[in-house]
This record gives sequence, structure tokens and C-alpha cells, in this order.
Amino acid sequence: MTATATTAPSQVLAPSAISVPRAYRFELVKLLAQWRVRILIALCWIGPAVTVVVVSGQGTLPSDTLFGREMHATGWAGALVVLSFAGSWFFPLLTSVVAGDVFSSEDRLGTWRHLLVAVRSPRRIFVAKSLASVTVLMMCVPGLAISGIVGGLVVGSRPLAGLDGHPMSPADAAGKLLFAWLCVLAPILAFAAIGLLASVIFGRSPIALLLPAFGGLGMQLASQVLPMPAAVRVALPSFAFLSWNGLFTSPPQLGSLIAGIAVSLAWAVTATALAYVIFMRRDFTSLANDGSMRRAITVGILPLLAVWAAAAGVVAAATGATGSGIDAGKLQQSLATSFGHFYVLQSQQVYHLSYTAAQLRTTASCAKGSDLVDQEGPGNDWRCTVTWRLPGVSDAIGQAVYQLDVSANGRYVADGDGPNQVNGYFVLHAPYGDAPNPLWQFDGLVDLLAPA
Amino acid sequence: MLTEASMQRSYTVRARGLTKCFGDVVALDGVDLDVLAGQIHGVVGPNGAGKTTLFGLLLGLAVADRGTLEVLGTQVGRSHAAPDGVTGFVDGPALYPALTARGNLAALAALRGPGVPRAGIDDLLEQVGLTDVADDKVRGFSLGMRQRLGLAAALLTKPRLLVLDEPYNGLDPAGKKHVHGVLTRLAADGASVVLSSHRMDDVEALCSEVTIVSVGRVVFAGPLAKLADASGELDYRLVTSDQEAARRVAAGTDGVRVVDDAGTGADRDVMVVRALLPALDDLVPRLVRAGVSVRELTPVVSPLESAFLALTEQQEQESSR
Repeated sequence: MTATATTAPSQVLAPSAISVPRAYRFELVKLLAQWRVRILIALCWIGPAVTVVVVSGQGTLPSDTLFGREMHATGWAGALVVLSFAGSWFFPLLTSVVAGDVFSSEDRLGTWRHLLVAVRSPRRIFVAKSLASVTVLMMCVPGLAISGIVGGLVVGSRPLAGLDGHPMSPADAAGKLLFAWLCVLAPILAFAAIGLLASVIFGRSPIALLLPAFGGLGMQLASQVLPMPAAVRVALPSFAFLSWNGLFTSPPQLGSLIAGIAVSLAWAVTATALAYVIFMRRDFTSLANDGSMRRAITVGILPLLAVWAAAAGVVAAATGATGSGIDAGKLQQSLATSFGHFYVLQSQQVYHLSYTAAQLRTTASCAKGSDLVDQEGPGNDWRCTVTWRLPGVSDAIGQAVYQLDVSANGRYVADGDGPNQVNGYFVLHAPYGDAPNPLWQFDGLVDLLAPA
Repeated sequence: MLTEASMQRSYTVRARGLTKCFGDVVALDGVDLDVLAGQIHGVVGPNGAGKTTLFGLLLGLAVADRGTLEVLGTQVGRSHAAPDGVTGFVDGPALYPALTARGNLAALAALRGPGVPRAGIDDLLEQVGLTDVADDKVRGFSLGMRQRLGLAAALLTKPRLLVLDEPYNGLDPAGKKHVHGVLTRLAADGASVVLSSHRMDDVEALCSEVTIVSVGRVVFAGPLAKLADASGELDYRLVTSDQEAARRVAAGTDGVRVVDDAGTGADRDVMVVRALLPALDDLVPRLVRAGVSVRELTPVVSPLESAFLALTEQQEQESSR
């Protein structure tokens, strides 16, 4: 008689992966247990309000930041400064700290095998980790927005001058500010996806954390400073951190905004898909992944460069934008519009006169450097003469000169260069107190993708 | 006569011809493994023998290139994950340092759903002797404490097969006692435990069967008793009431050699004899008849360790040829 061997019953032991919601909760618990994540969230909810209130009370304002020179005028400017500063510098750092570490941390702790045994599905782990990192980002972003608004309300809810000088009621400014925060979610997702990709590729290497941060800051510099065709600039996800600026002109510059959001979503989808494919192919029998630069270039950087090129091609084909997007015609139109609005404001505050911008029939004539220089592109050598008609005074024409410092992203600073009684520096009495002459220095914006 | 129970032997693990390669490196080469339900099975072997790779296959972390693996009645392979009821750790337990001991277990329990109440977590912490540090961050835990918490984490899912790689690393005697107790109770409840250890005394104390692997191949598999039979002559420490008389009796017993006759210094009350088990069985009554009390008779090197060394050296020599 021989003994027979059977295997243990399997009817209740079929492989059962943990559901995504449970894995997501597990990931969220781990993320929120980290002090640096808690501190980051707290900073996002407290920092902007304190900053807006403190900076608005200072004599010198951050005029380099968009709407910075208006922080005395209205609290809404402070809330917009928060968005502008966060878009330029803070979001790349935030996304790299959160998303850039979400996979790397398992490599650093040596917990991948443990996690796989517990969850039993790499796919669900990927989904849960991605969702958890986005959730933490979504805990930070509303904090920045709400905190900035609260700080602005403490400073004072007064009308805001848009980027073409047109007056915006507090309600209008608030609505557009909230919409602008919604718009920057797209590039935040793109940067988070790039962070996930770096985290998957580089494992426990510190590059996983540093690359998204420095890559993001590099893209910010590229989209704001480096000379390149407008379509190529718009095809970077970082451009969408700036393209909300177009909401604050009248009419709004929606082309750049829509293109920026679409490009950001394309980057987000591509980077996430790459991260997913790489993660699913990973061999978890090795304890940790130290990453490799060669692999990063072939499976990470090159595909994203291809997305950049493709997006630039689509934007160029759709809009016909081939050059820098900045030319004399656009600057003249933008400057004349802004001047008209600020002239009306100045007249109200100094002479208590009520004009409309249309009555002024303002025009501008701009030239860049000397005749030997191409009359297009960014630079601080744009010089413009503004001409307007004085309402009520027959055939009386006024003229003022401005020096323009035009950034590659279409933003410019107009600096009054005479006559002094029009655009020189003097203090006038505004509803909120003494303020510089609004025609002395102001910010403006040209639409890079608008036809020349 | 075979009983019905012994006829129906239930296997938790049945592996046949498992082969796993990493590039040019053959980590496992045709490995067979049988683990019965309710059995604590030791897998021993030198570093790089393939133990961790084998454990990775059992846990579903990797898939064998060739061979078949059946765990808890389920085929495990490229398209089939390890079944529910299998848990454990390789290369030490993995825990999250920002969470407390209780927090780690609670987070893992929440993964599985609302089935594990707080009392269950407290009970597990008590079983592994970590109640006093339950609310401390794992960041400050010693290796032994982490091992015990890792075991508690593995027990959360009420496993049918527990796979533990070096669970005794860093454990103090109290910790070892806790782990022994937990594993023994688990096996008594019908679960199987597969563990590896470089501490042969621990393996001998816990395991009923062992598999010795060397350079990716199985060089022995079976009960420990069979291993002792196969291991040939062993050296034994012998302490008696009269060492001089004992030495004379041992020298006069067939199959027994006194290999340490120094009898000087601190060890003058200890002698070492070399013998097969039957000869040793003959020596003990002879000593008693000679009026010599036997106070200690223990192998200098355990049968498992001795066999392990002999078998692995032999395998390595064959591989190097």
C-alpha cells in the first residue's frame, strides 16, 4: 500500500490582489506619515497668506513678479503674485518632492518585495502610488490658492488693473484667479508625471528627486528666458504655468492658454504611460534599483523630447506661429491698449476726469534697437512712442515715450521715458493711499500665438 | 499499517525542476521542493546558493524560467500569481520607518480590509513581544525588533504558507523564544513554514525537514534524522563524574575513539569522542555499568552543520571541476 500525496485545497486561495482603493489608502497613509510632506502641506496652507500680508505692507514691492507692483493697490494682486511665483519656481520643487519620491522611497527602504507580496499586483501598486502622489499635490495646491486669497482679502478687496490696464472688479478678478488656478493643474499633472517617471527609472538614486526639480526649473528658464520659436516654447509643459496670464487681458488671450493646457496633458499622459511600462517590466528580484543614466536617456528623455517636438509641430501647424511670436505690431497694439487704460486711471486719480479708453484713440509706434536689428523678438531695446488725442480738446495730440523690456514669454515691462508730467515718477493719491503714477511703469502681455 | 491520515499527505508546496537564470548566472538549477501542510521546513545553504531566489518564486515575486511550482494547490507561473494565503519576507522584513509598530500593522491590515480589529493587532504585537514599543516609530527599532515586527506583519493575513528568509537575524534569546513559539503554534494550526537560517541550531530546533542547496542545486532533502544517519562519524563532548574512568571505557568500546585526550587546563573535565550513533549507544550503558555518571553528551558540531559543510564542500568541488 502506498501513501498518496495531495496538494492543499485551493478553493478559497485563488490569487486575490488588493483593490486599488485600499492600496491607494495604504500609499496615502505612508506619504502623510512623512514629516516633510506634512510640513510641505502646512507651508502651502499658511505660507502664502503670511507672505501676501507681510509683502503688501512693505515699501518696496516685488515688481519683477507679475502683478507685484499692484500689491499696494489690491489684495487680489497679492493672490496673483502667489500663483505667479508658484508657477515659476515652486511647483517644480513641489512635484519633485512628492511625485519624484513616491517610487524611489520603496527602493530606499527596500520595501518593494514586501509591498508586492502584500498587494500582489504591480499594476495596482502603480495606480495607487500615482493617485496618492496626485492627492498630496491636490492637498497642497488648493492650500496655496486659498491661503493666497485669504492674505489678499486681509490686505483689501479692491479693483485690479488687468495686464492691459483694463479695470477688473474684485468679483471678476476672483473668478479669473480661481480659473487660473484650475488651469495650472494641467502643468502640475505634467510635472508630477515626469516626477513619477524619474522615480521609476532612477530608483533609490538621489537623481530621482533632483532631476524633476532641476529639469522643471530648467524648463521654466527655457520657457521664460531662452530664445526659441514661440511654438517650441509653448510645447513645453512649463509654459502653461504662465499662459493663464492671458486671462487678465481684455479680450482674454485664450489661444496660448488652451495650447498650454493641451500640451501639458500630452506630456502628463506620455510620461505616465512611460513610467507604467517601465514599472511593469521591472524585475523585483533585485533588492533595489539604482537607476542608470543610459536607460533614463533611452526610455525617458528621448521619448519626452519626441513629445516636445511633436507638440511644437502641432502648435506651429495649428497657429502658423513660426518666429518668436513677438513683433512690433503686437507690441504697438498691446502698449496702446494698456496706455489708454492707465491714462484713464491716472486722469481719474489726478484730475478727477472720467474718460474712456476709446475716446483717447491711442496708437503706438515701436522699434527695436537700430535699423540693423530684426524688428522682432524679445529684448530690452524696444522703444515706443505712444500718441493719443486729448478728449474735449480739438486736435490736441499727446505723445509719450516708453522703453520696453520684453521677455521671451511675451510679458513686457513698459518704463516711462517722458514727458515727466505724463509718465514720469510722481506720487498721486489713489483710493488706497499714495501710489506711484500708473503710467510710470506697468506690465503688459503680447499673445505669442496670435497672427503677426 | 498506514492510517488514513498518513495516506492523505497534503502538500503546501510542490516544486519540480525549478530553474531560474539572471543573465548568465544560474541561480536555481532544477530544484525540487516538497513541503507538507503543518510542517516547518528549513532551507539552508551557503551565501549565493539560491535560497532567496527560491523564496522569491514561492512568494510570487519572480517566475521560474523552467519547471513547475504548485503552491497551496495553485499553479504559480508567468500568468498565475502566488495564491492568497502565502506571505513572508526575503532579505529581512520591510517596514515603513515613519510609522509606528502598530501603525505599520494597522496600515497593512487596512490593505486587507476591515477583517483585522485593533485587538488582533495588539495580540500579534504581544505574540512577538513588542507590546511595550507598539507606539514607537519603527525608525528607532533594532534589527531584532524589526524581525519580530516583520513576523507579526506576515501573520496578519493568517497565512497558510509562511516564507521567512533569515528570521533569526539579530534576535536576542527572548526574541528567539517568541519567534519559536509563534512558528510552532502556526505549524500546529496546520500552516506550513519555509525558513532559511545560517544558525543550524535554530533550524534543528524547529524544522522537521530540511533542504540543503548549494550553487543552485539541491544536495540533500529530507528529515533531519535521515541527515544525521547520513552524516557519518561525529565528534561529541562528553562530561562525566570520572573522566579518567570514562576515558578508559571509551577507549575500550568498539567504534569509539577518544580524539581529545588533553585533559588539561580549563577543559580537563571535558573529553571529545568520535563515533557513529550505534557506537555511541553502546558507550553510554558501558559508562553506567562502570559506575561513571554521564553529565553531558552533545555533538561538538551539529549533524546538520556537519552535513551542511560536507555536502556543500563536495558540491563546490564538483562544480569547480
